[in-house]
Amino acid sequence: MKFDIARRLRLAALLAGLALVAGACGRHESSELDLSAGWVPGPDAPTSDSKLHTPPPPFSEGIFPCSECHEADMPVNTKRRELSMAHTDIVLKHDAEHRWCLDCHDAADRDSLHLASGEKVPFEESYRLCGQCHGDKYRDWRAGVHGRRSGNWDGEKSYLLCVNCHNAHSPHFAPIKPEPPPPKPERTP
Amino acid sequence: MNAPETTRRDLLCTLAGCAAAAVAGGCSDFTHTEFFRSHFKELSEDELTAIREKIEAECKTKYDKDVTVSNTPAREGVQFAYALDISRCVGCRRCVYACVAENNQSRDPVVQWIRVLEMDKEKGIDFEHANPYYDAETVPRPGHFYLPVACQHCADPACVKSCPVGATWKEPDGIVVIDYDWCIGCRCCMSACPYGARRFNWKDPSLPADQVNANMHILGNRPRPKGVVEKCTWCVQRVRDGRYPACVEVCPVGARKFGNLLDPSSEIRYVLDKKRVFVLKNELATHPRFYYFYGL
Repeated sequence: MKFDIARRLRLAALLAGLALVAGACGRHESSELDLSAGWVPGPDAPTSDSKLHTPPPPFSEGIFPCSECHEADMPVNTKRRELSMAHTDIVLKHDAEHRWCLDCHDAADRDSLHLASGEKVPFEESYRLCGQCHGDKYRDWRAGVHGRRSGNWDGEKSYLLCVNCHNAHSPHFAPIKPEPPPPKPERTP
Repeated sequence: MNAPETTRRDLLCTLAGCAAAAVAGGCSDFTHTEFFRSHFKELSEDELTAIREKIEAECKTKYDKDVTVSNTPAREGVQFAYALDISRCVGCRRCVYACVAENNQSRDPVVQWIRVLEMDKEKGIDFEHANPYYDAETVPRPGHFYLPVACQHCADPACVKSCPVGATWKEPDGIVVIDYDWCIGCRCCMSACPYGARRFNWKDPSLPADQVNANMHILGNRPRPKGVVEKCTWCVQRVRDGRYPACVEVCPVGARKFGNLLDPSSEIRYVLDKKRVFVLKNELATHPRFYYFYGL
């Protein structure tokens, strides 16, 4: 009889232990997330083929349309050269060794850009031009992961064009002044 | 906050029951501790409305401004998460100040929810030698990288477990919030948080009337009193209306990403699926919902 009680006690202890383990497992699971749980996107949520809302290109004042100066009867010099008559303020720091103006700007249609294939691209869609070389960034940008987005996380979002942040001729970010640091905690006397 | 309603009668009966059980020396399976744990933070809709109206009236008197204090609840099927690209952050602190403006933090004494840590590229992520007080003409400084840290909205938050009065908890959409009326200011949560994300109002917070953000949430950016703890709420007043948090929209390099983990087409899922992601202090198993990644 005594032996029996001891056995029962041991069994109870074992069960209690099992319960503890099960409890611990349960707790662990609660911090894992079931990603298949139901989410129904709102009616205005963007789909993969919805049009991207981008701001107008940041032209310098009075520069566009280019055809105002580059008139149709103006002779086109397609020879690669250092510009001296106009646009001398532009410093090309964007693979300058291999490229110059007319690789991106269209010589025949001055108000347009063109892809490597020759296909014309309006300035409003310049991201397609950038995407030719920077395909990984272009993919991330379309997904909203490269660059800044604003608006709604579940609906209408606005993008920025590549050139809203990067100067197309010198795309590297210039260092900026930081906002002031927080005060160090005071020492009590 | 839609728990079964408890009447004064229920409460008194329970207390009487507990007292009787204690006198009898028996062991009741329903003690007052359990009773309070399951009931004390629940408010009825009417009580909540009364509180919101009171806060609105107080703001009107104090700042002469019409404010709205909402209590928009969590949405079904939404689990928020945040991602930050540390290969892009330049440490400009624009996020810190956008957060202060949006969330009505005290200007004096200075309370900031986001802390940007400057770290040495050679040392890697090393909190021992991180510097939050860097100042420079321009950033990024050569040889350094920047790691902004705010509340990580952990799935298993240490702060929530440490609160003796249950004044802080995790909402159904994953946001860890504080009830500023219930907080007793013991700061247990501050010592429990492994990320140093919580701030204490040592003095009466000061907030210039012309800088008050009138769009408030009862669990978020409404003005806090002295003696309570506060922290990032992922701009609960914005995100529950579908908008991005203020820091996401202000970041000049687009390093900050926010969205719904349960939406397969969200930015946050794209980051988790395609980027190299890590969380801070993974070994502590607090399961942060704040992910850092290398976007390059």
